[in-house]
Amino acid sequence: MATKNFDLRSYKGFRFLTILCLVILYAPLVIVTIYSFNDSKSITIWEGFSFRWYIDMFSGPESAKFKLAAWNSFVIAIAAATIATTIATLSATSLVRGGMFRTRTLSLGLISLPLMVPEIVTAVATLIFFNTIGFDRGLLTIVIAHIVFCIPFAYLPIAARMQGIEDSYEQAAQDLYASKFQTFTKILMPLMMPGIISGFLLAFIVSLDDFIITNFVKGAGVETLPTAIFGSVKQGIKPNIMAISTALLAVSVMFVTLSYFVSKSEQKD
Amino acid sequence: MTDQHQAAIDVRNVVKKFGNFTALENVSLTIRDNEFFTLLGPSGCGKTTLLRSIAGFEQVTDGEIQLFGDDIADLPPNKRPINTVFQNYALFPHMSILENIMFGVEMRGNDKAVARTRAGEMLELVQLSQFAQRKPSQLSGGQQQRVALARALAPQPRVLLLDEPLSALDLKLRKAMQLELKAMQRETGITFIFVTHDQEEALTMSDRIAVMSDGKVQQLGGARDIYETPDNVFVADFIGETNLLKITVDQIIDGRAHCQLGGGHKLTCNEVQGIGVGTQVHLSVRPERLFLSTQPFEEESMAATVIENIYVGTDVQSIVQLNDGPKMTIRTQNSELGNKAVFDLGTNVFVSMEAGAARLLHG
Repeated sequence: MATKNFDLRSYKGFRFLTILCLVILYAPLVIVTIYSFNDSKSITIWEGFSFRWYIDMFSGPESAKFKLAAWNSFVIAIAAATIATTIATLSATSLVRGGMFRTRTLSLGLISLPLMVPEIVTAVATLIFFNTIGFDRGLLTIVIAHIVFCIPFAYLPIAARMQGIEDSYEQAAQDLYASKFQTFTKILMPLMMPGIISGFLLAFIVSLDDFIITNFVKGAGVETLPTAIFGSVKQGIKPNIMAISTALLAVSVMFVTLSYFVSKSEQKD
Repeated sequence: MTDQHQAAIDVRNVVKKFGNFTALENVSLTIRDNEFFTLLGPSGCGKTTLLRSIAGFEQVTDGEIQLFGDDIADLPPNKRPINTVFQNYALFPHMSILENIMFGVEMRGNDKAVARTRAGEMLELVQLSQFAQRKPSQLSGGQQQRVALARALAPQPRVLLLDEPLSALDLKLRKAMQLELKAMQRETGITFIFVTHDQEEALTMSDRIAVMSDGKVQQLGGARDIYETPDNVFVADFIGETNLLKITVDQIIDGRAHCQLGGGHKLTCNEVQGIGVGTQVHLSVRPERLFLSTQPFEEESMAATVIENIYVGTDVQSIVQLNDGPKMTIRTQNSELGNKAVFDLGTNVFVSMEAGAARLLHG
């Protein structure tokens, strides 16, 4: 035995594999980002730096379609994230603070189930469900479907935050004459706020990016940003798609980063 | 009975079970108004459960808890005019010190202005006025402790519960806080119920102490009572240090029990009710009530050999082996005078005790 120190980095090929994985994961994103600044109608030939496709995004021939789709996406994401976060907050309160009630394990499973069911299955099932009850497909069906799959994403950071809050704060509040409701609004909610914001941002971004379920439950003529991009790509990839994708990527990264820092920020208290 | 001895809390036949485990086994005790009362015992003895039952965080399985004559056993914590200082303080981290102290006053139905005035007074009382706008995490442990105390006292509760509030502080600070708490209890006139596992802390602060173990009250009395006249082996052993000796009662004459210690050693002590002739019981003698000499001091002085001397600052602890008998510990005060009563290892000495120092114990 030469050394007792099993440092992972000392294995042969470790560095190579790591780099390979990173390249496979991120090279496409980097290339799309770079080529979104390409001053060319071709998507493969670099002809110099330019913002023309970002200008095209707002004023080009397809801009009206994409602006409407982006608007739809944001409205849906905000509505779905708000409702999903509310439901997730209440669920977390009862599951983390409700003691051991009989259906607790079952409820925990049900909440996180959408994370494990293949999205296509949920999409088909939701479509069949809306058809069966005769619900006209449109913006509303998208919102409802998004609420459902956003709940676990909102739930996880909220529950994690809540588990980190000692129940002595709530006991102290009740000891100091606060009712159960006052304890929730004045003590528990503010302490959970970083988790709630983080959950909301995650739900928002998951809703914003969703394609499969949206594509199934959207009505004819209703487009969100991902379905509009897909529709456009089907007729050939144009450089403006790269600019739009890059913009969407930037928004996603921003929100995920924000969500991460919010959930970290006040944990020191 | 004077008004001062009115019952603040009356615990009657309280039983608390967690599944199969009985945390409180038929506990009854009366806590007087305006007293500093301590629940003392090792961890798991039920003292915290009893405190939480009084606060309302635990529902008792059976029995009654009265607050100034009213049964409160079924009231939720927010309906009981009782406040708690929690072991970890539980200061609300998202509120300033001032808001923390205002909280209870406001929740009790007072408006913000009243709460602010009251909180200001409390901050002055605990000498933290300059920290009003800080967050709890910006204060030291001792300061947080005082904020917790101010917060619990601000709504003017009729009884204040303190759940091992000093256990997180270092020794010096703890000693200072003990005196401060006692002074505060005297000034406010509020009944304090203090939970601790630290017997020295209990002796220092309390008017009366309930010693608990295994969900039962083993003895209730003043500091002097439980230290000098413990009711049973548990209390004698738990409070301070003691020599516990197995003895047999030979005869009882004029209220004095003559006991046999083995190895021919004999002791005489006051009779205790319920302990008859011929029974094998325990006898407790505090180490500081014993002394050593080279010549027998009295008829009952016991021959022994010094086998260990331990210097502990204020005292010297000598361990002696009685001839054909058990070992005993003797504490001699570390002074010019006392040092003459400390002997080298191997010295043949005689152990004598002060009159009335030995106590017969049940169990």
